Amino acid sequence: MEKSIDEINRRIRDGSARVVTADEMPDIVSELGEEGALREVDVVTTGTFGAMCSSGAFLNFGHAEPPIKMERIWLNDVEAYGGIAAVDTYIGATNKSVTRMESYGGAHVIEDFISGKAIELRAQSSGSDCYPRRSITTELRLEDLNQAIMVNPRNAYQRYDAAVNTSEDTLYTYMGTLLPHNANVTFSGAGTLNPICNDPNLRLIGSGVPILLGGAQGMVIGEGTQHSSAGSFATLMTTADMADMNTDFLRAAIMHRYGPTLYLGVGIPLPVLDIETVRRTAVQDSDIMVSIRDYGVPSRSRPVISQVSYAELKSGTIELNNEEIKTSSLSSFRRAKMVANTLKRWVEDGQMTLCLPTRYIDTSKQAKPMRETRKVILVQEIMQRKVVTIKEGQDITEAARKLLRGETNHLPVLNEQGRLTGVITTFDIAKAVARPERKVRVQDIMTRNVITTQADEPIDIAAQKLDHHRISALPVVDAQNQCIAILHASDLGKLFKPGGGRP
Amino acid sequence: MKLLVRLIHESKPIIAQVVKDTGVLINVDRARSDAHEGEEALVDVPDESCILVSERMRSLGAEVRILEEGIRHDEEECVDCGACISICPKKVFSFDKDWKLQVETKKCILCGRCIISCPHAALSLSY
Ligand code: SF4
Ligand code: SF4
Repeated sequence: MEKSIDEINRRIRDGSARVVTADEMPDIVSELGEEGALREVDVVTTGTFGAMCSSGAFLNFGHAEPPIKMERIWLNDVEAYGGIAAVDTYIGATNKSVTRMESYGGAHVIEDFISGKAIELRAQSSGSDCYPRRSITTELRLEDLNQAIMVNPRNAYQRYDAAVNTSEDTLYTYMGTLLPHNANVTFSGAGTLNPICNDPNLRLIGSGVPILLGGAQGMVIGEGTQHSSAGSFATLMTTADMADMNTDFLRAAIMHRYGPTLYLGVGIPLPVLDIETVRRTAVQDSDIMVSIRDYGVPSRSRPVISQVSYAELKSGTIELNNEEIKTSSLSSFRRAKMVANTLKRWVEDGQMTLCLPTRYIDTSKQAKPMRETRKVILVQEIMQRKVVTIKEGQDITEAARKLLRGETNHLPVLNEQGRLTGVITTFDIAKAVARPERKVRVQDIMTRNVITTQADEPIDIAAQKLDHHRISALPVVDAQNQCIAILHASDLGKLFKPGGGRP
Repeated sequence: MKLLVRLIHESKPIIAQVVKDTGVLINVDRARSDAHEGEEALVDVPDESCILVSERMRSLGAEVRILEEGIRHDEEECVDCGACISICPKKVFSFDKDWKLQVETKKCILCGRCIISCPHAALSLSY
């Protein structure tokens, strides 16, 4: 038996369509069998609600008097794209406010527009005969705009790898707070309710298909950026009118030390055409596997620690190396369910009919990494090879003398074998002198937990270490932990010589 | 009831002293010692002994603040993601069967760790 899309739409229109949410399908199929489920169910609704960083909106402000072609644009101090004439712009969700970096960004501008707040628009132009005006400042609400059309390059990831941190420091990432020593695992995604997981071969999801986006009725444009169907990481490009959105399904967020992002609800109703649809929509959390990746390694190819299913992740704890680890979802399953339920109501009430893709999405695509034509700058290119060190057993007055003489305020401390065992700073010495109990040897007062770098480490990773630990120098060690050089924060400045740019 | 106890200068074992004097059992949730600010401890006492204990502590030279509640959770901002769940050392957060966040403020020791981990600024300290 098969059903046509017209037949399903006819039922939607006369109010007799049977609509269920995707998480109900496994039980329905096991109760009625595949044939039975096909006969019984007409539409399966899906939903997901989570951080979708690659989102934003095209806005048109209308013309000012005298008119301006806006070249640089800020909305509540968040820069928007000024390369599309004249009063058009694109505001991206992750752009940070220039005045409130840590707490406000493009996602907040979008949420504020949707909740009816006034937004300050500032723009500049170099002026022309047809657009003489050079600057403008005004306050606008969503209703004052001609268009506010959300167009999101990459939404609704099929699944997303989970994150863990084997390093010794707490990391703040777009995967949330990752505690040191594998103390927690974070993940994202709705699993059984995820739209693409219910149609992995993209037979039903493609260009023109109706969706819920941020609470509005919208549609799929086509494949999303970084779409990688071949690896089961398909993505979608989506669109809808911001005027129809609401904050139940759209929320700005801040990932600590990462920045702003947009939490969005996305859902797609799937017509149950054939047995294949039934089988696919019966997918369960236990069928969908992801890797757990180590974010303690700052590289594109973060090592895979283990494989887990969404069922395990959602249970609250997983087992890793015989230890129980707490998990945290970053996306909201409760809101994903609200998305699927809202779609269900829309279809039951006849407010949304379905269609098949006008263009299908390529399921053989695999995303490529970036081709890099310039080589990455390594620590060895700017580190200082002349490094003043001190031995563990030496007197701190000797350390003080060396620190005074040299240009450094960091002395790497070596043991008898010449291996790095600590570091001593002017601050350590000042502290030691201030204390009543006289400590005399370097090893009594040195910092033992030294953060180091290697000669072949990319400079940006070393810079992030300096930043993260709020320190001003890193000893450079070789494989034997011998201190071969030192990298000062001030050396990083060499990379930005005036006029020269980066080499 | 939680009490935030601060000793400005030298540290005497005042908690032991207060237990001895009042006979009230005091649970130390968290204690911190800092060269600049002296010692700070968060303690839990039975509601009915709250006044007795805090008065005695004050008479021994401590600054005592009575904290009415634990972590403050803003339901309007919360989206029930669960990012806070694995961060909290005291299992204050959990999901109910409908994936709605439950907050057991009584267990909270006000360590503040969850605050920056909430992407939606839904968690804050009230003191
Ligand atoms: S303040 Fe600390 S104990 Fe209290 S809820 Fe947050 S993480 Fe848990
Ligand atoms: S992290 Fe924040 S938004 Fe997410 S469940 Fe916890 S309180 Fe709610």
